[in-house]
Amino acid sequence: MINNKLINKEQKDNKQKSGQLEINEISAVIEPGEFPKDYMEINFGPHHPSTHGVFRFIAKLDGEKILEVEPIVGYLHRGIEKIAENRTYIQFKPLVDRLDYTGAMNNEFGYCLAVEKLMDLEAPPKAQAIRVICSELNRICAHEVFFGAMGLEVGAFTPFLFGFKDRELAMHLMEMLAGGRLTFNYFTIGGVRQDVPKGFYEETKEFLKKFKSSLAEYHELFSGNEIFIKRTKGVGVITREDAIEWSMSGPTLRGSGACFDIRKVEPYSGYDKYDWEIPVGKNGDVYDRYWVRMREMEQSARIVEQAIESLPSGDYQAKVSRVIRPPAGEVYYRVEGTKGEVGFYVVSDGSDKPYRIKIRTPSFNHLNALNYVLKNSYIADFPIILGSFDTVMGSVDR
Amino acid sequence: MVWWLALLWAILKLIIAFLFIFLTALILIYMLRKVMGHMQYRMGPRHHGPHGIWQTVFDALKLLGKEDIIPKGIDKYVYLFAPVVAFVPSLTIFAFLPFAPKIAASNFEISLFFIFAILGFSTISLLMAGWGSNNKYSLIGGIRGAAQLIAYEIPLILSTIGVVIMAGSLNLTDIVNAQTRIWYIIPQIVGFFIFFTCALAEINHTPFDIPEAESEIVAGFNTEYSGFRFAAFYLAEFVNLFIICAIAVLLFFGGWKPFINPIAGILCFIVKTYILIFVSMWIRSTFPRFRLDQFMEFGWKFLLPLSLVNIFVTGVIVLIVDRIR
Repeated sequence: MINNKLINKEQKDNKQKSGQLEINEISAVIEPGEFPKDYMEINFGPHHPSTHGVFRFIAKLDGEKILEVEPIVGYLHRGIEKIAENRTYIQFKPLVDRLDYTGAMNNEFGYCLAVEKLMDLEAPPKAQAIRVICSELNRICAHEVFFGAMGLEVGAFTPFLFGFKDRELAMHLMEMLAGGRLTFNYFTIGGVRQDVPKGFYEETKEFLKKFKSSLAEYHELFSGNEIFIKRTKGVGVITREDAIEWSMSGPTLRGSGACFDIRKVEPYSGYDKYDWEIPVGKNGDVYDRYWVRMREMEQSARIVEQAIESLPSGDYQAKVSRVIRPPAGEVYYRVEGTKGEVGFYVVSDGSDKPYRIKIRTPSFNHLNALNYVLKNSYIADFPIILGSFDTVMGSVDR
Repeated sequence: MVWWLALLWAILKLIIAFLFIFLTALILIYMLRKVMGHMQYRMGPRHHGPHGIWQTVFDALKLLGKEDIIPKGIDKYVYLFAPVVAFVPSLTIFAFLPFAPKIAASNFEISLFFIFAILGFSTISLLMAGWGSNNKYSLIGGIRGAAQLIAYEIPLILSTIGVVIMAGSLNLTDIVNAQTRIWYIIPQIVGFFIFFTCALAEINHTPFDIPEAESEIVAGFNTEYSGFRFAAFYLAEFVNLFIICAIAVLLFFGGWKPFINPIAGILCFIVKTYILIFVSMWIRSTFPRFRLDQFMEFGWKFLLPLSLVNIFVTGVIVLIVDRIR
């Protein structure tokens, strides 16, 4: 100890003799470093109440302020892309549901369309319309979950139950079609698995009517609340350029003011036949992302209504052989999932199993930008910002 | 002969008070679950007795029977005593609440002042729990509680000064007696608004439940607590809710007025209190949570000036009325 002190003292004396060194030392202390000296490192997740599943990140905090965030994913990795190589095209389809489990129909939509494109096949018009109805109903479901989760994130419990109450009704409709409530396995390559049961259209219309009044209820309860507006306006701002730069998509991108919806840009399955609008935000904050999703639900209801009105008659499934062997080749097909662009890159070698499937999910890209968005915001903002991306870990980890 | 009778009487009073307090806490938890349930298209507890009335009793018994987990690396005494510090002030305050004329365990001249002094202790328990648990979430929660304290405590006390000026007393019984002609909610509506807002913050109630914000810092200061220590925090929260609403009734809603009969007075007082509690539960199931800095801003830049203006205006009017007389 004493020796050390002596040595330190000697060193100090030496430094004081040479003036240059001294100045360097002082300037190094005065210069603001990357972080203030005592920051707190805190671990959020993998089981934290508001990380939307098993997401984990390490945050560096200065008091209540977040200095840096390091997202860590992979706790829900199931190797779905690798499993695909060992299964036939039809066997793999149910697994696609498990990606973004709040919007399972939209995942199936993307996968089936990709394989159909590879086979140069088109589903009959009736199947296309049913697919659109399913995917839009599922979009409503997913956004209800977003609404409920947003309520929890801001600290209000009631919106959660309001959202889930109406989601239940929509899920009941899809249960009529597919028998499942969360993972459906309803689409097949070339159409849908079975025809629509009796009374489905009537119940759907009734649901849409109820849904519109409950949307008004949501806005009365939650969207117009002063505290909610205060909490979300100007929080988690992503500029239009940055959103594109981070390759964001879906409502997150549209909340930043970019008018990009794959249903409009590259219409598939007859989306161009329906009359609807793309809701677009302005400031790119959480509030705008919230409202984009709320308006999107209205538009989804509009599309479902039109699809039921103009339902073509005919087959619900194209003639497809039992064993699907697409010709060798590769294809990328993207659809507008509930969270953004869901893309399937399928490589076929001509056998009944895909050579490789690469899945592009929106949530993964959104999480990449987490550090950029969360920097210099408060701890209290992190659940809101994370919630505004509407991340589903199943689709991040695959 | 006399002294042991007095002792017995005191012990009896204590037992009655304890029973009343525990019963109140259990009833309030049950009420919260039912009220929130029905507001959210749910039923609330249904099993265990008609309409699930025994649910909270069993919950409390279950918590008491649970293992008392003491994590490693804690500041032992601070950690162990934090729930006590949370619960004891809540019990103490009951001694100063007049339920009806002459029905108060202790009726002394500055009871209102004393109640506020004791209420401040609840924040110390937050800080102790936050520091003692050796958990970063708890620490953030505790520090948040302490930071929040300054923002609401001052307007809370200042808001009652209007009432004190009008009644000319700090004694709660006198304040209620002064409301024979008119409840103070009418002349002191601004004061009531400030009082109720700050009181909700005082007991970490929903728009201000920042120290235990579930979505941000898991459970805040009581993340590490389990078993009966957690139960102590939980019960103290609800007892505090009752206390805050009771004080509001005494200050602004005329306490036991219009009744003078003790039994009718107590009933009237409790009914009024429960109505206010219902309002607070209503708030709980509709409002989202403030952010800490926003709440501080709200407290310092809005509530504090407003309460000062309220005191000033009340003082001027009281002076003018006195002159005219």
